Amino acid sequence: MADAANQIPDRIPINLIVNGNRRTLDLVPWTTLLDALRDHLVLTGTKKGCDHGQCGACTVLVDGRRINSCLTLAVMKDGAEITTVEGIAKDGAMHPLQQAFIDHDAFQCGYCTPGQICSAAGLLAEGHAKDSDEIRELMSGNLCRCGAYPNIVAAIQQAMGQP
Amino acid sequence: MINFQYSRASDVADAILLLTAHPGAKLIAGGTNLIDLMKENVEEPSRLIDISRLPLRNIEETLDGGLRIGALVPNSDLAYDPLIEQRYPLLASAILAGASAQLRNMASVGGNLMQRTRCAYFYDTATPCNKRTPGSGCSAIDGLNRNHAILGTSTSCIATNPSDMSVALAALGALVHIAGPSGERTMALIDFHRLPDDTPHVDTNLEVGEIITAIELPPRGFARNYSYLKIRDRLSYAFALVSVAAALELDGNAIREARVALGGVAHKPWRSLEAETALRGQAATTEHFSRTADLLLQGAKAQAHNGFKIELARRAIVRTLMQAANATPQSQAHKKIA
Repeated sequence: MADAANQIPDRIPINLIVNGNRRTLDLVPWTTLLDALRDHLVLTGTKKGCDHGQCGACTVLVDGRRINSCLTLAVMKDGAEITTVEGIAKDGAMHPLQQAFIDHDAFQCGYCTPGQICSAAGLLAEGHAKDSDEIRELMSGNLCRCGAYPNIVAAIQQAMGQP
Repeated sequence: MINFQYSRASDVADAILLLTAHPGAKLIAGGTNLIDLMKENVEEPSRLIDISRLPLRNIEETLDGGLRIGALVPNSDLAYDPLIEQRYPLLASAILAGASAQLRNMASVGGNLMQRTRCAYFYDTATPCNKRTPGSGCSAIDGLNRNHAILGTSTSCIATNPSDMSVALAALGALVHIAGPSGERTMALIDFHRLPDDTPHVDTNLEVGEIITAIELPPRGFARNYSYLKIRDRLSYAFALVSVAAALELDGNAIREARVALGGVAHKPWRSLEAETALRGQAATTEHFSRTADLLLQGAKAQAHNGFKIELARRAIVRTLMQAANATPQSQAHKKIA
């Protein structure tokens, strides 16, 4: 019963609800959710930064919770609802976080922005951040190498309805 | 990452069966550490057994007034659980000091105990490492060892255990519930992780085919006088250079019961029963807490680059015990150290 080194694993059929659409995929087990989104579903809004869970650029919402898609195997999320930055806007209107990021110029190069916005959406849903220190702490999993942090915090505060 | 087979366990017994049938297999729950290690080819399991759907997600009261936490409760759910916040705030605080919000949403309680060291040489397959490749040597002992252990080290390994959660669990006297091919057993958390000795590749006392099913907290929660202080190179989302979990029960200013556990300094959470016993009946003063630090750090040994950790730990122990005594626990969001 030992696994032979040369045994080629089967592709595994899975279903994901991605941004409200049911998608069926046949994936080898080592496909990360990030690679499934980017390479198989061509949803390239979600970014591959470090690919090791250290930068947060790959953040998506799975069943409403923010996670690092680079450290998640797609086959383990069979049946899950995934929201990527492409699915954040509703009915053609920008999500308040997207508008707030524009209003506060909360980016420079923009590479971390999809992860920042998905992470901030998770943060708002969790409801544990009440002031700017708590926003900073609970957004620490999202790095911005351009250093737009003060504006990111201001944008999130705007989306939280704080002045 | 190497190719691997994938199975989904239908229940705990099935997970044990699969683990026993496939010697190269590993369990996966949150995957936050295992997948990372697989990407680096440090871990190369022939098969992953997905246990993430097993019904081990409850937090239940035990008959003696403690809590039993299912092994698959996500770290974030545990930290924000009202029972934990009210009765075991030390545990909540330690969990929130670790990783990021995303990782805490993914990582399971059992997986947190199973995470491996972040020693850079362990991660770098181009260098010798006794933990990764037994007998190959330790690159850290003569290398860059600023982050490494000062207590309980061996000539084979000076790696540290990276967990914050385990430090609080050690202080609280938690138990680990384990199921395996020969039935169920319970182990004190402080006995779960091992010192490196000459077998640093074996992190824990879990036997082949065994799976963590739950963590049990004893009734005593130290909810009034506690603090978790984590000292690191940046204020968030970094591993500890030194961390201290302190818990006291006071009778006026006299200490009735004391618990102190250290993180970031050894291959496992570090406690000294001698240090804790010596505090009982004493007044909560800097002088007595300095003595606690001396006893906890007895035998501490510096490597070339981490000598600062001994004094850092000494000061952090006194500071954290004082925070606990004053009922002013360290905030994990507002970073100023009281």
